[in-house]
Amino acid sequence: MRKILVTLLFLLFGTSAYADCNIKSGSINILANDFPALRTFVETSKQCKGSADFKVTHSSEHNKIAVPALTANPSEFSARIAANSSIVPLMNQDLIRPLDDLVKKYGKGIQDSQLITIDGKVMAVAFMANTQHLYYREDVLKDLGIAVPKTYEEVVAASEKIRASGKMQYPYAAAYKAGWNLAEEFVNMYIGHGGEFFKSGSAEPNVNNAKGVATLNMLKKLSELSNPDYLTHDSEAIKVEWESGNVALMTLWASRSGTLLDDEGDANITKATKLTGPATVGGGNIPAATLWWDGFTLAKNRSDADAEATFRALAHAASNKKMVADAADQAVWLVEGFVPGPKSIGVIEAVKMGAKPYPMLPQMGLMHGALGSEIVEFLQGKESAEQALKDVEAAYTSKAKEQGFL
Amino acid sequence: MPNKTFFWFFLPTGLAMVLFIGLPIISTGVQSFYAQHDQVVKEVKKCDPFGCTVSIVVDNEETTKIREAKPLGKFNGFGTYVDRNHLATEEIKKFWNETETFGEFVDQVTNLPFYKALIFTLTYCIFVTPNVLLLGFIIALSLNAISRKIRGPLIFGTILPMIVTPLVGSLVLFWMIDSQGIIGANIQNLMNDPYLSLKSSKTLTWITIIIYGIWHHSPFAFVVFYAALQTVPQEPIEAAIIDGASRFQRIKHIVLPHIYPVVTFVALISLMDNFRVFEPIIGFSAEGSAQSLSWLIYDNLVNEEVILFGSAAATSMMTIIGIAILLAPVLVRTWKEFKTAR
Repeated sequence: MRKILVTLLFLLFGTSAYADCNIKSGSINILANDFPALRTFVETSKQCKGSADFKVTHSSEHNKIAVPALTANPSEFSARIAANSSIVPLMNQDLIRPLDDLVKKYGKGIQDSQLITIDGKVMAVAFMANTQHLYYREDVLKDLGIAVPKTYEEVVAASEKIRASGKMQYPYAAAYKAGWNLAEEFVNMYIGHGGEFFKSGSAEPNVNNAKGVATLNMLKKLSELSNPDYLTHDSEAIKVEWESGNVALMTLWASRSGTLLDDEGDANITKATKLTGPATVGGGNIPAATLWWDGFTLAKNRSDADAEATFRALAHAASNKKMVADAADQAVWLVEGFVPGPKSIGVIEAVKMGAKPYPMLPQMGLMHGALGSEIVEFLQGKESAEQALKDVEAAYTSKAKEQGFL
Repeated sequence: MPNKTFFWFFLPTGLAMVLFIGLPIISTGVQSFYAQHDQVVKEVKKCDPFGCTVSIVVDNEETTKIREAKPLGKFNGFGTYVDRNHLATEEIKKFWNETETFGEFVDQVTNLPFYKALIFTLTYCIFVTPNVLLLGFIIALSLNAISRKIRGPLIFGTILPMIVTPLVGSLVLFWMIDSQGIIGANIQNLMNDPYLSLKSSKTLTWITIIIYGIWHHSPFAFVVFYAALQTVPQEPIEAAIIDGASRFQRIKHIVLPHIYPVVTFVALISLMDNFRVFEPIIGFSAEGSAQSLSWLIYDNLVNEEVILFGSAAATSMMTIIGIAILLAPVLVRTWKEFKTAR
């Protein structure tokens, strides 16, 4: 009995001693998006919280909370897990602190490539990469003798063939929900066509051109091959469509591959679900996709002690070889020691093909917002592509004027 | 009630109203006249895991200085009110000069976000309010005529739509009208059109939201009417029966005049509620096809990564003015009656 007790105690203290980063004080409160990889990341950092207070909020509405919560002084959260796009409003409002000192002091194990530096200052530490790429049903494509599509033109042709075969009515799916998701699809496709969102060196919009029209026409073609409710479908909804076997080709986030390939759902569909890189479009050579990183930032309006405690806990996770080995399925980790598995093909292919990162510009959020609401009527067939793009530019311009960018 | 007693009686409510409704409205009003300062940007080198680029960021030091000097922002007067995303006066002038037919002009104007939202909001009000009144009244009359034994459970069942949280109610319907849901799939079968989708067609989405609105708001009208029906005096009705008046005549000449003030009240409240229609748009994910004024405010505040306080404040003020205009006829009438009653 005593032996067991001793062993138990040893195990208990043994594990905590292994993970404890010796944080003595401070309080840690993290705001993060809600998907499996981020949960793993936050859980890993919790192992090393020591005697610090530890709280976390996982929410898919994180973008709406972040700016108000970090503006308060002291801020509600001591850290925010952000991405290329969501770090911008924090930078615009000066809500996050430079991390150089902390990286120097506690950042052992964090690789240089993980550091997001802006004007020479480290503003965030990235730990995973993400992109949207193609998923396909191997069985369906094989039955009909279709090669794995490499361009969106091939995706359209393949989808038409699948529809004609009578196997599936709506063979293609992508997150086209009006708003942020739809705008993201436009951004991908426009970049694939080699478009630039702003006239060089200014915040003047630049989407009403031949590339913009080509982008819209491609989105429309794809939407016609999707479930007619596509304007209400977000990533979660199309994931469900896929798992029900209604879809054979899909553009979806790499970070969702884990949930598609897990043991839940129809085993035959899971077995036939294959990943490939993002497609190109319009004869371009860079993929119609954007690269994303997820990383942590620390709130400015929070005490130095809290910032230190938070940084140490998060840095523990951002340099944790065990985490990336155990959770290799969940994400493409940027952490040292990560061995890419079959589920990382999408991101790795995208990087190889020279995909561009999502533009980290102060006024990009306004453009994204204008796209999300103004191109809907074109897809519904109520407006010409030129008119839709004109509307996008006009909506963006008045918002940018109000916001002081123009 | 003597005026003095009334004053003390009303004071706490009045104070709370000023504090929690009056002051915020004033603050919103002030906010709507300001825009953000001109952004000071600088070119810097940005590095991330995918490489380095030279691009721009907001110069925080400079911005802080400007902000501290003028915390409210740049005075913009009615600038936000008349820009393209609101009243769009310049655009409308331009459309008027450029378009050839009136239909084309209307098309152009209704393509502007504010007018698009206004049209949906008004359509919703026009269809939902009278139907709510009518349906509520019919339900109240029918339930009033039913045996007392089963009246309790029936009343409970009738007010269920009001008890259910709007978002939940709309989500339930949203799933039912999905092209694979019970209503959506059956309509497809019925119409023999596999591409028919209630959610993708603008007209069908509007109809769905309006039907949902009627379903959700009718119980309120019903409850108030039902309570009012209990106060209808029995003597004149009995006298009318003896005189041989039909049921319809009794309702028209006795019941309706009696509960008329209550009808005005319900109409007022319904109009106000309907003008602020918002939840069903979120619940039905209908942002693509239907936008209301309230949704525009929400969109300015949360949908973008940059919060547009000025835009949201301007739309809020215009919503308040819109409600005031809608209610004016009813209010004027009530005021006149109040004066003649004295």
